[in-house]
Amino acid sequence: MSEVTVDAAIAHTNDGGPPPAGRAVQIVPLRGLPIVAVVLVALVVAIANNQLWALDFFHVVGGGLWTGIDLFVGFIVGPILGGLSIPSRMEFSIRFMPKMLILMPTLVIVTLTAGLQLARHEGYILSGNPHHGWVVASMVVVGVMAVIAIGLLEPANLAVLFELKKPQPNGELIGRLMRRFIYTAGITGAMQVATLVIMTKLATS
Amino acid sequence: MTEAPVSGAGDTMTRGLPPVAEMAVGSMALVIVGGIYLASHLPKPAPLGPAVGLLGAAAALLLADVALLSRLRDFAWEVFFRVAGWALAAYVVIAGMLEYVFVFDHTRGSTLVVITLMLVVFALAIPLLFAFSVARYQRPD
Repeated sequence: MSEVTVDAAIAHTNDGGPPPAGRAVQIVPLRGLPIVAVVLVALVVAIANNQLWALDFFHVVGGGLWTGIDLFVGFIVGPILGGLSIPSRMEFSIRFMPKMLILMPTLVIVTLTAGLQLARHEGYILSGNPHHGWVVASMVVVGVMAVIAIGLLEPANLAVLFELKKPQPNGELIGRLMRRFIYTAGITGAMQVATLVIMTKLATS
Repeated sequence: MTEAPVSGAGDTMTRGLPPVAEMAVGSMALVIVGGIYLASHLPKPAPLGPAVGLLGAAAALLLADVALLSRLRDFAWEVFFRVAGWALAAYVVIAGMLEYVFVFDHTRGSTLVVITLMLVVFALAIPLLFAFSVARYQRPD
């Protein structure tokens, strides 16, 4: 899809004209899937061989990115998006949301599986371990974030992308769904602060 | 179906639909609670009563959800199944990774069966949720 078409569509909407014409929106960025496959295979190999360094690497890198992106999107990108016009939000969404669609689930599954294995190796998962409560607390935080992200944020993300594929997207619907995206991103961002507290507590005690 | 006017896009926002998405989220939340309950007892087997109760409630909610969905007539089924297929592929991989970890960590017997069934509900509820959330705003087939 050319920039000209998108820009023209946005200019048209800003003039009070009808919503922009449909564009070639790629919902799932297929080029990213081989990278996801490589990461998951590497993770399986790390788990199968009990490679502590690799598990730590996956957990720290995956968790750091997951937390950082959630905080950045929740507290920086979200409020900026909230102040943009609907055509501008649409323009941003076309480029941003498909990438998030494959990035975030990959980061989440990598962080969780590597973290579970680390907790087993370090003994934190054992119910008698003094750190066990922190591990369970982190599971609860992740569980709540999962319900919010999978139950509210991701469906809104997908619905926006499909709306943008229509010949005449419904700006009102996109605005409403984007508001949901912005609020839930803020909530998961705030919950990531709890994750940071728990993980730094585990790492230093 | 005849072509609806383009301005009819607003109809997809206001038409009454059963609470399919809410029930799918409920089902997913129940298996997540059950999964945390079981994982918090690892490596020892947890008392299975609460986990089985949560699994049963999640499965019942999912089945009721499918029943509600199957009664819909004017619905964008083509989009629904397209989204559901992609989401199912993704969540089968995610559930498979989690199952692999539990098996690798020597989870066995009835605990493994309950975890596996929870992952099955998880991997079915989410595609249903995503597919419905998209298809509800599309023009019916």
